[in-house]
Amino acid sequence: MMKQSTEQTPWYQSNFALFEKNLNGESSSRLHAMRMEAMARFTEMGFPTTKHEEWRFTNVSPIARATFQPSFQSDAAGLSSEDVERMSFGATHRLVFVNGHFVKELSSIGPLPGGVIVGDLASALKGNDELAHGSLGKHASIQENAFTALNMAFVQDGAFIYVPHGKVVEDAVSLLFISTGSTHRYIALRNLIIVGDHAQVTIAESYLSLANHGSLTNVVTEITAGENAVIEHDKLQNESPQAYHIASLHVHQKGKSNFISNSIAIGGGLVRNNVTSILDGEYAECTLNGLSVANGMQLIDNHTTIDHAKPNCPSHELYKSVLDGSSRGVFNGKIFVRKDAQKTDAKQTNMTLLLSDEATMDTKPQLEIFADDVKCTHGATVGQLDADQMFYLRSRGIGTTLAADILTFAFASDVVNRVHVDGLRGQLEALVHAKLGKGRER
Amino acid sequence: MLHINNLHARINGNEILSGVNLKVQPGEIHAIMGPNGSGKSTLAQVLAGREAYEVTEGEVLYEGKNLLELDPEERAREGVFLAFQYPVEIPGVSNTYFLKAALNSIRKHKGLEELDAVEFLKLIKQRMKIVDMDESLLSRPVNEGFSGGEKKRNEIFHMAVLEPKLAILDETDSGLDIDALRIVADGVNKLRRKDNAVIVVTHYQRLLNYIVPDFVHVLMEGRIVKSGTKELALELEEKGYDWIKVASDSTLATA
Repeated sequence: MMKQSTEQTPWYQSNFALFEKNLNGESSSRLHAMRMEAMARFTEMGFPTTKHEEWRFTNVSPIARATFQPSFQSDAAGLSSEDVERMSFGATHRLVFVNGHFVKELSSIGPLPGGVIVGDLASALKGNDELAHGSLGKHASIQENAFTALNMAFVQDGAFIYVPHGKVVEDAVSLLFISTGSTHRYIALRNLIIVGDHAQVTIAESYLSLANHGSLTNVVTEITAGENAVIEHDKLQNESPQAYHIASLHVHQKGKSNFISNSIAIGGGLVRNNVTSILDGEYAECTLNGLSVANGMQLIDNHTTIDHAKPNCPSHELYKSVLDGSSRGVFNGKIFVRKDAQKTDAKQTNMTLLLSDEATMDTKPQLEIFADDVKCTHGATVGQLDADQMFYLRSRGIGTTLAADILTFAFASDVVNRVHVDGLRGQLEALVHAKLGKGRER
Repeated sequence: MLHINNLHARINGNEILSGVNLKVQPGEIHAIMGPNGSGKSTLAQVLAGREAYEVTEGEVLYEGKNLLELDPEERAREGVFLAFQYPVEIPGVSNTYFLKAALNSIRKHKGLEELDAVEFLKLIKQRMKIVDMDESLLSRPVNEGFSGGEKKRNEIFHMAVLEPKLAILDETDSGLDIDALRIVADGVNKLRRKDNAVIVVTHYQRLLNYIVPDFVHVLMEGRIVKSGTKELALELEEKGYDWIKVASDSTLATA
């Protein structure tokens, strides 16, 4: 029987008081009430255990047992503009956050169409920006997910992006989240992205560590997509093998909007990505792609939910995993088709390549369909490299190692190739290639 | 060049080859014909090194080496090439990248410098002409979405780039219309040299109008039951295979 220790106050409670004190008088703001409420909710729920259906395959007890310190400053020492430029694939617009705090000196924003805001959330909240305040927690509820409550309780910073009606941001916006140092930091980030009707933007979140340490990054991203909005959201998770990374992406789509998510997880020790999209208007389209490349003792868990609330919406989902060593992968794909959502066309595919006997994958499609005139398909495969393909390559003179390497890279790059941002795609290819770790020359 | 002695092979416990004997000299073209299920494709796959088949008896000498001891990639590097009956689709790997990896693996084995991108491109542009290949097929993933004819043409294109000593064409004619058949056959003929040999595995005589064999062998029930010259192929076209079966059965009975 596991029982939470009652002898000492858990870190999140003792640190919450310290955290509040460190907010420099900001505690009187209207955020304060939200934080208090979130803290109370988290204390009530506690960390989930594997008895929770949503966490059956992912045991977060290492997080529950550890003691984390909230991060109060950025500590960007040693990082140059060149470093971050390289990390953010030379993007025109980049916001750099170090240990959860915006670093203005390292950030750079190119020319933007009038009315577009690309900045940090902390400033927007301090400046009492109505939109920022009104959007905070709009799609990400603290009621169901304990980590979302824990995020809200400690939230300080993140990106705040607003693209008004009809505006198009041509170049991708890179959001770079870097963790440094050796302490067990707790980094709570919140990104708010509001895209108006007929507006377009591409946003790439990258999570990197500069040192090996067991920090906990807990990030919540909320996206509002207006009618006919077009949004691509790319995410690279490449933190240290000791890092814990818990993320929730909540998307609310209006009619005829088009949302694409490409989530690439390479690093981290324990990674949980939740992606939830609500198709709340006719002819909204949603595409969720994911790639996990894991080895050693890594655990990468992807939970997706596509909620077809209105008729005539297509959704496409492709999640792939390449698992080596003793790594573990989890995929849980929920698709809800509400009673009104006739003519829904949902397709879900989950494919896993196991490169070792010790690697394991748990995959679970979960379709709940309440409408009668819909098309929903799902398929999951878990396997080794295809014997016919291997033989074909070998019969042309290619040795087994290189042949396996070529096929594995091809399997993975199928997802990477769906990223539309050239610089990022190149960076991802190189990272995936390096992680797969063998000498496939280009 | 190739010396097959009493080759027996089986898959999933079923014997498919029951004592094949065949000798191929440099410069020769051999046709292996036979009804469906006679073991033609099995012979081709065993020669290429398909591991699913278990060789239970006999030997295969290729240029004096024990071919059966070599891995498939070693056979390819030594100059053995199989044009697949069903070329395999490799999503995500471009035809060009695949061929470059193959050619450079072979060159490395021969102690030759690997070709760089420019040299390689020059080579493939030249070899493409041999089979009149559409340039768009170079950058596309290997065989993915290719028509049946394009796949077969691509096999001969690979052959043109890799320049094998011993090419085994497994039902390369199947699924080809007459124009494509002629192009593919022309390609094979253009690649013919004094020091290389071709084994054409086919069900029909049609291909042999274009790739004219020096020898024709009939494979039935896992053995070569009759050998002859190109006239034998015409006879088979006319009479089918049954008469040979009867004849060979009676030969066996009297032997």
